[in-house]
Amino acid sequence: MAISAVSDTTLREAPPPRRQRLLEDERWLAFVLLVPTIVLLGLFIAYPFMRGILLSVTSSRVGIPGDFVGLANFYKIFNDGIFRTAVYNTFLYTGVTTVFKLALGLWLAMLLNRNFRGKAFTRAFILLPFIIPTVLSTFAWKWMFDPTFSVLNWLLYHLGLITGRINWLGDPDLAMISIIIVNIWRGVPFFAISLLAGLQTISPELNEAAAIDGAKPWQRFWHITWPLLLPVTMVVMLFSVIQTFADFQIVYVMTGGGPANATHLFATYAYQIGVGTGLLSEGAAISLAMFPVLFLVVVIQLLYIRRVEVR
Amino acid sequence: MTTVTRRNVLKGGTALAGGMAGILAVGRAPAYAQAATVHWLRWTDFVPASDQLLRNEIAKECEKALGIKLNIETINANDIQARVTSAIQSGSGPDVVCVLNNWGQLYGESVADVSDIAEALGKSQGGFYETSRAVANDGKKWIAVPWCIVGLQIAYRKSWFAEIGYTDGKFPQTWEEYREAGKKLKAKGRPIGQTLGHTFGDAPAFAYPYLWSWGGKEVEADGKTVALNSPATVEAVKFMVAFWKDAHDEGGLAWDDSNNNRAFLSGTCSATLNGASIYIETLRKPDTYKTEAGGPLKDDILHAALPKGPGGQFSYHVPFSNLLMGYSKNQDAAKKFLGWIHSKDVYDKWFVSQKGFSVGPTTDWEKHKLWGDDPIMLPYKQAARTGRFAGYEGPSTRRAAEVVTKYVIVDMYAKAVQGMPPEDAVKWAEAELKKVYV
Repeated sequence: MAISAVSDTTLREAPPPRRQRLLEDERWLAFVLLVPTIVLLGLFIAYPFMRGILLSVTSSRVGIPGDFVGLANFYKIFNDGIFRTAVYNTFLYTGVTTVFKLALGLWLAMLLNRNFRGKAFTRAFILLPFIIPTVLSTFAWKWMFDPTFSVLNWLLYHLGLITGRINWLGDPDLAMISIIIVNIWRGVPFFAISLLAGLQTISPELNEAAAIDGAKPWQRFWHITWPLLLPVTMVVMLFSVIQTFADFQIVYVMTGGGPANATHLFATYAYQIGVGTGLLSEGAAISLAMFPVLFLVVVIQLLYIRRVEVR
Repeated sequence: MTTVTRRNVLKGGTALAGGMAGILAVGRAPAYAQAATVHWLRWTDFVPASDQLLRNEIAKECEKALGIKLNIETINANDIQARVTSAIQSGSGPDVVCVLNNWGQLYGESVADVSDIAEALGKSQGGFYETSRAVANDGKKWIAVPWCIVGLQIAYRKSWFAEIGYTDGKFPQTWEEYREAGKKLKAKGRPIGQTLGHTFGDAPAFAYPYLWSWGGKEVEADGKTVALNSPATVEAVKFMVAFWKDAHDEGGLAWDDSNNNRAFLSGTCSATLNGASIYIETLRKPDTYKTEAGGPLKDDILHAALPKGPGGQFSYHVPFSNLLMGYSKNQDAAKKFLGWIHSKDVYDKWFVSQKGFSVGPTTDWEKHKLWGDDPIMLPYKQAARTGRFAGYEGPSTRRAAEVVTKYVIVDMYAKAVQGMPPEDAVKWAEAELKKVYV
């Protein structure tokens, strides 16, 4: 007995070191592999976000930590006419541009999905507005809309379409339209290429079968293409809405929020107040006011995408 | 060639981790290799020759004279405040920042006391102009060393004004006369060019003295009681609405500080409130800028002060001052540099390169022989004596600086010009001021 017990022990493999055992445990391994991501998310997303919340409930100014003031900054900005204009502008800007970007992007995607000579070149060309750095292309647009030397006005005048100068960036409504045009121009390629990728996953046989059954092009689009494209469309729209809602560069370069604060969006107004004027806590409160809206948009769209996928 | 070994990498990693811990502990970035370097942040000058002089000559002289390497960075003036804010919050950035207007008052708690340098400078160079003092002194100490004042005068086309009766260098003396002149000129396709946009120089330099000249003011002398909503201000805004429509290039609502230069130089506008950069540019390129008759544009430019209103005649000249940042680890070197750059011999070179675009912060610079060189620049010589500063009738404090930065006074006119009833525009601006002066 004694001999066999000894031989059992000696024959059995020695247990692996504790560290090795942990790595063999899938849950631990998953955790270890996730650590870099968690650290990065913590450093670059959670920390600034928490810092923003902390700032927004203090009276911090540049170089001065300030005291806890509760929701006073939020009360102040909700009673601020410029903030209310910025809120209205942001919704208008996001809504109008998203509709146009989707419509034009889908139209372009459908065209690019056909076979024609120079297809590859055209696809690359379409991407140009998306490839050029936003600041540079926006400067070009600013010159085109220049109040005094507008190339656009010159063109319209010589085509006989206008008789006087259009004050593109000096008139509040036209300034808003101008930045909307630039955003649409810049955003359409993203929609077009993404939707084109979606279109190419749809089997042509489905359309061919429907055509044989007598379905007209519009019916084929509505009953086959659109439903199958919807998940991609929703993802593209989700990204676009988030980006547009928090847009900064186009407005900052084109109008700086002017004339007389008429084109401020959340981001530009937060920048002017928080970074320009040094009222950090108010700037943080303005930025955070975007959060509930964006959060809601993300939740609704993600739930919708999930539902479509399950179906 | 150095071989990169695993051991070296690990050592580096440990050092980096230690360094990061140190940075987090003190909340401040390290100052490696900054011992003898001073980083000076400035605007991109409207007189490019001055930036070249600083980079090519002054920086070298600084290294030779003080053993300090001068790192000059120039950025768009509209971006300076953002840079200062991020630098203060992160505790690292330029050692010295040249700010405009009264922006320095926003950062009073984050800058070093430079009273010793400023006091010595004032004493040795004839005393500061009130504008320079108001923006660089918080009432207890000097928070900045005044650098210069950019004089603002109306640059106008001599021949075009002569065509409507202003011969022999005469210029409209009152707002009514200026409006009438502008009306005639606009009818000929030569409007007055003025910005009412969100821009650092020309917009406040026009909006504030215009308000004062009608008898309006931001606050009472106590610096607390908002006094904007007065019959004088309403009159000023009412007049502006008609003046704008009758006489101005209406695109000015969206102009920045360079639009009027381009408009004037291309013959699109007849008069504009400006530093002397337009004239200096025509001097620099006489063959490029011509009149319709083919003559050099430089010979067809004169300068005049802003017209009078019922409350008097005023001006606002843009002061610049150097902040020594509190976080700087090079306090001694930066102070040495500031004392040196403001010394008469060194400053003289920069002053001459400006050709009168800037006057000195002290009165001695009015006596400079430069003013004898060109009579066209003479209106700028003593301009700084007459300038008031933002925040009048109160002091030019942090709150006044906030009002400038938020463009409240400029936007009051812009809103009325866009169609808001003048009374409402004034009420809107008053409410904004009350939020600042709580």
